[in-house]
Amino acid sequence: MNWLQRLFRREKMEQQLDKELQFHLENHVAELMRAGVPGPDARRRARLAIGWPEEVKEECRDARGTRWLEDAWQDFRYALRTLRQKPGFAAIALLTLGLGIGATTIMFTLVNGVLLKPLPFPEPQRLIAVHGHSADWNAAVFGEQNLSYLDFLDCTIASRSADLGAMLMDGGSVSQPGDPEYVALREISANLFSVVQVPLAQGRAFLPEEDKSGGPPAAILGYGFARRHFASLAEAVGASIVLDDKRYTVVGVAPEGFRLYGQSGEEGDVYTPLGQYSPKLLQNRHIHPLRIVGRVRFGKTIGEAQAEFGLIGQQLAKEFADTNGGRTFRVQPLRPSTGEAGPTLWLLLGAVTLVLLIACANVASLLLARAVSRERELAMRVALGATRGRLVRQCLTESAVLGIAGGVLGVLLAAGALRPFMGLWPGELPRAEQVQLDWRVLVFATVVAFLSGVLFGAAPALRAPFKNIERALRAGMRGIAGGNRRLHAAFIVAEIALAIILLVSAGMLGRTLLHLASLDPGVDVRNVLVARFALSPATLADPGNTRAAWKEVLERARAMPGVKAVATVDTFPMREGDNEQAYSLSPDVTDESKLPYALLTSVSPDYLRVMGLRLLGGRFFDEFDTPARTPVIVIDDVLAHDAFGGQDPVGKRLWIPQMGYGGNVFQIIGVVNHVRHWGLGADDQAKIRAQIYYPFSQLPDNFMRRWSQLMSIAVRTEIPPLGLLAPLRSALKGETGDQVLYEVHTMEQLASDSLASQRFLLLLFGIFAAVALLLACVGIYGVLAYLTGQRIPEMGVRIALGARAADVIWLVLRQSLSMIVVGVALGTAAALAAERILLRYVSGMQPSAAISFAVMIPLLLAAALLASFVPARRASRIDPVVALRQE
Amino acid sequence: MNPKYDLPQGTLDLLILKVAALGPVHGYAIAQRLEQVSKHVVQVPQGSLYPALHRLENRGLLAAEWKDTETGREAKFYRLTRKGRAQLEAEADGWARLTEAVALILKMSESGAE
Repeated sequence: MNWLQRLFRREKMEQQLDKELQFHLENHVAELMRAGVPGPDARRRARLAIGWPEEVKEECRDARGTRWLEDAWQDFRYALRTLRQKPGFAAIALLTLGLGIGATTIMFTLVNGVLLKPLPFPEPQRLIAVHGHSADWNAAVFGEQNLSYLDFLDCTIASRSADLGAMLMDGGSVSQPGDPEYVALREISANLFSVVQVPLAQGRAFLPEEDKSGGPPAAILGYGFARRHFASLAEAVGASIVLDDKRYTVVGVAPEGFRLYGQSGEEGDVYTPLGQYSPKLLQNRHIHPLRIVGRVRFGKTIGEAQAEFGLIGQQLAKEFADTNGGRTFRVQPLRPSTGEAGPTLWLLLGAVTLVLLIACANVASLLLARAVSRERELAMRVALGATRGRLVRQCLTESAVLGIAGGVLGVLLAAGALRPFMGLWPGELPRAEQVQLDWRVLVFATVVAFLSGVLFGAAPALRAPFKNIERALRAGMRGIAGGNRRLHAAFIVAEIALAIILLVSAGMLGRTLLHLASLDPGVDVRNVLVARFALSPATLADPGNTRAAWKEVLERARAMPGVKAVATVDTFPMREGDNEQAYSLSPDVTDESKLPYALLTSVSPDYLRVMGLRLLGGRFFDEFDTPARTPVIVIDDVLAHDAFGGQDPVGKRLWIPQMGYGGNVFQIIGVVNHVRHWGLGADDQAKIRAQIYYPFSQLPDNFMRRWSQLMSIAVRTEIPPLGLLAPLRSALKGETGDQVLYEVHTMEQLASDSLASQRFLLLLFGIFAAVALLLACVGIYGVLAYLTGQRIPEMGVRIALGARAADVIWLVLRQSLSMIVVGVALGTAAALAAERILLRYVSGMQPSAAISFAVMIPLLLAAALLASFVPARRASRIDPVVALRQE
Repeated sequence: MNPKYDLPQGTLDLLILKVAALGPVHGYAIAQRLEQVSKHVVQVPQGSLYPALHRLENRGLLAAEWKDTETGREAKFYRLTRKGRAQLEAEADGWARLTEAVALILKMSESGAE
């Protein structure tokens, strides 16, 4: 029989034990009687020989080795009984814990799904990302460097340690099937799916012969795209699509939600073989457009791969000194890229943990108060021979039962509230499909429930009475209550300190949001529609046609009723995407890596009017700024201040080494106000803020195609801008009907969205802080009510001796005030630390602890005093006669 | 009646194993046999007998089974397991050496130890 059977066959075992002892006794009696001892005497002697049967049985039970489990089972049932006896207490404790654990579990589920889970590919620990690296590249500012196509090919051939796949993020227009639409296009190496080891949803991956220039045009569709355009996935395979005026045969459909980095918006609509992609940029080692992922081969490590790619990099640097000099490769484990969601999630998990701690402190003080009233019972058990360990274990079992029940409640709450909560997330939560209540979450919830149980159970358990048993028995609950006043005070102090952290954090976030919302974005956000725009692919072949097509688009849009002004622009304030370039005041640049950077934006002349920029000096662009004229730029006041200090920059020149036209030297013709490109919150802390505008019309012919693919249009309207969307779409369709507007926003939306994460944090911190305040008040009320309850006879004596009501109230309030003051002091110190964390991880965060303290501490003091006032008042109304009679 | 001696600490287990080695036996028979064989010199602590049996069963040195006795009553019979036999041999060996050593010491002539 193993221990489990022993535990569950307890009753049978007890019977057998009885039977065995009975058999022994009867045999002994029989033998004695045979030897001539009279019956009653024989029975007495037999009993004496074996000893007190209960003691023997007890020892036999101990010998079974399952004693602790039987005790635990007993304690467990006892705990359930005691909880049932006080349903009110049990309900409050369970609800508090359930909410605390539930909220913590939700946050952990998100952290787990978004941040902790590996990428959903087989053996994710063997996947790597290969980046380019050179000494003058600041990866912290610009992100990791990608690779050039030729470098990728050389790495693939040379590497013995890993298999590499490549992807180029691109876009294109699909004109068949269905209406023309702009799609997320991914040019990939043939082996990409096999490197990450995911099977296609339908059909096959690219063949090596398709991954070459001149190979048969084949395409793989993204899962969502295939679903939108074909009745079934099977039907999609073998069909054909027209992408940028070229017909491709569909050979497969990518798996649902296929994303290498788990980024939102990363999923492709159409995949084509990288080797067929003809543009010259792939033949240039100087241009690094490819994202490289790899799988370390069996028996090799990531460290070995790093060493190998380092060597390959050095080799290439020697061979192609002009393009690869000083450049090497870096290997890192492939990780999901989750951007800003990471800090937000950790902050929220931290905040919710504080709430859980407060809940634990609350339940602990409730339990403590109850344990004191059970002093007599516990003392009785000690007197009957219970050991200290046994009693502590029993108390802990009770709190563990509470903890586990709270945990179950919490997990149920989390399961129900998870999806609604994710719906509140600002923007798109990266890797949302990975967020599930899985075994990790259950383990987490179990551990949290157990820890909470121990946390709030330890104090009442450890203070079980061992000294002065006799006094405890005689005095019952009243006489020795004073001894644990300090413990109660500790809980109150902890609750207040934790509540202060949350209150002050919420206050700081609120202050920050107010401040950020009042900031001037630098553009007039009302009535501006912005959208990406794809010209008809046919016009992109010839630069002259391209220019004409853009001109026509602008003219058509401007002619529409309700449109005030319209402009083309490549990168938008407060929207993803930017062009960062180094600039210099003189042509002799010794070290390009030391140069300051600016954001470059290519615009058409009406951009100034559309966005409502203020011209601070000089002029903006006009239709005469053509490639034939001096290349010109307009700068913002930040750059004017950074580069020229007090001088007037108009007429001065600026060198932009990587610009690629006009000899890289530009004349400044005007200065405009700064625009908060990075969003209302993030711009002040952004690493690159200076802005340079350059006219789209001055770009040379060889830029036309690439720039046109990135272009957006911005429209200032006289009516609410979204109302113009449908007419705009049909007016701008073009002769061939394949010009499309996509990624449509209004500037107001973009400005508001740029604060969404701060707003979301404020909302949640606000809720947490309110809950914390409430819990702390309930805790203070409970403890004080209990403590004053203990002092009823004392109060009675005081009143009998002439104390006035105010004196008694003051007596109680003074007691609570000292706890509150200590709590506030500790909380203030902790809140200052919390401020540092917020300043670091919340963009646009204002250092506003002082203001927040000034508002929140009085709020908390008032609430805490109110909570203490009720028991104080009750104490002041004690009838001395009744109180003294109790004694 | 001659005075009876208490068993030295830890020897009860050894004696139980030895008795059980002779064949399946119930608790009362173990007590009887111990007293008979030791010619009533050893006082078998009946109160400790059953906890000891249960402990040995729990450690896997004894296996138990409910069977009918000759008189037709059901009793719990204990028998030695393979593990129990190994334990018995090891402990009996240890006991023999210990008693030998104790006897040697007690036999020392007082003149021999200067």
